[in-house]
Amino acid sequence: MKILVAIKRVIDANVKVRVKPDSSGVETANVKMSMNPFCEIAVEEAVRLKEKGIASEVVAVSIGNQQCQETLRTALALGADKAILVKTDDALEPLAVAKTLKKVVEQEGPEMVLLGKQSIDGDNNQTGQMLGALLGWGQGTFASEVEVEDGKTKVTREIDGGLQTIELKLPAVVTTDLRLNEPRFASLPNIMKAKRKPLDEIALADLGVDTANRTETISVENPPERSEGIKVESVAELVEKLKNEAKVI
Amino acid sequence: MTTLVIAEHDNSELQASTYSTIAAAKELNGDTVVLVAGHNCQSVAEQAAKAEGVDKVLLAQAEYLEHLLAEDVEKAVMAQEGDYSHILAPASTFGKNMMPRISALLDVQQISDIIAIESDDTFKRPVYAGNAIATVKSNDAKKVITVRATAFDALATEGGSASIENVDAGTHTELSNYVGEELTESERPDLGTARVVVSGGRGMGNGENFEMLETLADKLGAAVGASRAAVDAGFVPNDYQVGQTGKIVAPELYIAVGISGAIQHLAGMKDSKVIVAINKDEEAPIFQVADYGLVEDLFKAVPELIESL
Ligand SMILES: Cc1cc2nc3c(=O)[nH]c(=O)nc-3n(C[C@H](O)[C@H](O)[C@H](O)COP(=O)(O)OP(=O)(O)OC[C@H]3O[C@@H](n4cnc5c(N)ncnc54)[C@H](O)[C@@H]3O)c2cc1C
Ligand SMILES: Nc1ncnc2c1ncn2[C@@H]1O[C@H](COP(=O)(O)O)[C@@H](O)[C@H]1O
Repeated sequence: MKILVAIKRVIDANVKVRVKPDSSGVETANVKMSMNPFCEIAVEEAVRLKEKGIASEVVAVSIGNQQCQETLRTALALGADKAILVKTDDALEPLAVAKTLKKVVEQEGPEMVLLGKQSIDGDNNQTGQMLGALLGWGQGTFASEVEVEDGKTKVTREIDGGLQTIELKLPAVVTTDLRLNEPRFASLPNIMKAKRKPLDEIALADLGVDTANRTETISVENPPERSEGIKVESVAELVEKLKNEAKVI
Repeated sequence: MTTLVIAEHDNSELQASTYSTIAAAKELNGDTVVLVAGHNCQSVAEQAAKAEGVDKVLLAQAEYLEHLLAEDVEKAVMAQEGDYSHILAPASTFGKNMMPRISALLDVQQISDIIAIESDDTFKRPVYAGNAIATVKSNDAKKVITVRATAFDALATEGGSASIENVDAGTHTELSNYVGEELTESERPDLGTARVVVSGGRGMGNGENFEMLETLADKLGAAVGASRAAVDAGFVPNDYQVGQTGKIVAPELYIAVGISGAIQHLAGMKDSKVIVAINKDEEAPIFQVADYGLVEDLFKAVPELIESL
């Protein structure tokens, strides 16, 4: 079976994000960008399914600007067979991303689409579920284990109370959680090999999807700051403060 | 204008997150209708009808709704005929799982995890792990929203007397089927609503050492949480994780033990009223948000703390 993996290029998880002084957004100039960590987990899972002989082909897709090529090359170096860049300079909202991915699914015909559960910039946690609904497919979100057998997939999901296991008919959408796997690092030979793997480009406009934004960002501001606390010297002092000053115990 | 709240429940109890979502709905203009979709969940509908601020309860029951699978909840919600200006659900794994499906089918861009309501179309939400707060205006005709429960104080659970109406439960899609669940059993309060939370990180060293935190938690009537590193290492189950991509907590008192204070962890707990950090590294970033910081080995400090309570 063919697997499509959707990957997003985001500000690296280790960067301390700064709000712009004019409150229009966050600073992105000269900031390190990387593959969204949940998408790395998605690529890893797809590649493992291929290594197990379950997947026949892994196609990585990203919707974004020219720089997303770099992120797609990383996916190729990690083991994806082919990459597709749907090119646009606009930052799309999850609904628009889902509609665009639906078009790509119709062209590529995968039996499974793997996505991250959440992009760490917008923290939306929407795209996979939206894609599932638009395609009329089942979904296994927040996956910590994925098994594929007899045209079905069994997905263990991280939920608020613990773990839930469901069985999905294929084709299906699966979104990854942190415990699904530990992504490998790309080896130098694989990085070299990735340069020769196919990376197709499609202009977003050519897909004929309505990707107009539905929301406006009025402002982006710093969160309220916590006033500075104190260091206590001992457990006894801590207990005294919690009792008499903070009055929480 | 009418707001539809999709109830989170376990077929016997209406979850605290639902009461917070109802509180958010009351900040919008118009009536509040609660949809209880499930199986054998009449009692949940009765609880919803008694909740303060609820004008009407819709009860959609079917066997296949027992486990509230996203595809089937989607069908049950889409089967409702009312004209709702806003559809709200808690930003729990229940709401995060099913709500975007409804949003997509209504051709609406969902607003996730709101922490404040500015007006009927403008909302505040954290982005970049809470490093920034965005104010977002929705231009869609309908608004589909998930609500961060800790940001809205639940209204009274008693006092209301809404009517309960049985409604269409949609269809069973059979796209997904329930296999099983492994839920964490605990006598302690729920992490999301506990008044006190005691969390452990990689510094705990192993799972057995968490028993120490459990003893501390029992003394304080607290819930136990953890950092991602502690969950990844297998010290505790996944549902203990507090943070950007785990649970959001805002207790009266949060005690972080052996946790460095990575931004992804802070995202889940920095709205706590009082924060205590116990860490042997005085440079640990957790001390930047802690009201009371104790630089000490946790294996010395925690037993002492248990002793003195
Ligand atoms: C996509 C993504 C999502 C993430 N989501 C989350 C999330 O939701 N929640 C989350 O928590 N993290 C999350 N993280 C991980 C986060 O970045 C940190 O790696 C994690 O929080 C670190 O956990 P820790 O503080 O327990 O471990 P460490 O950073 O290793 O810190 C351990 C601390 O324990 C102290 N210590 C050690 N021994 C002792 C002792 N004997 N006595 C006292 N102190 C001691 C050390 O000084 C140190 O400060 C996420 C990361 C990514 C990339
Ligand atoms: N621009 C994009 N291109 C490709 N995949 C995306 C894009 N945006 C989001 N996704 C996918 O959707 C997941 C969830 O994103 P979100 O709904 O924004 O939190 C990500 O982890 C990706 O797998």
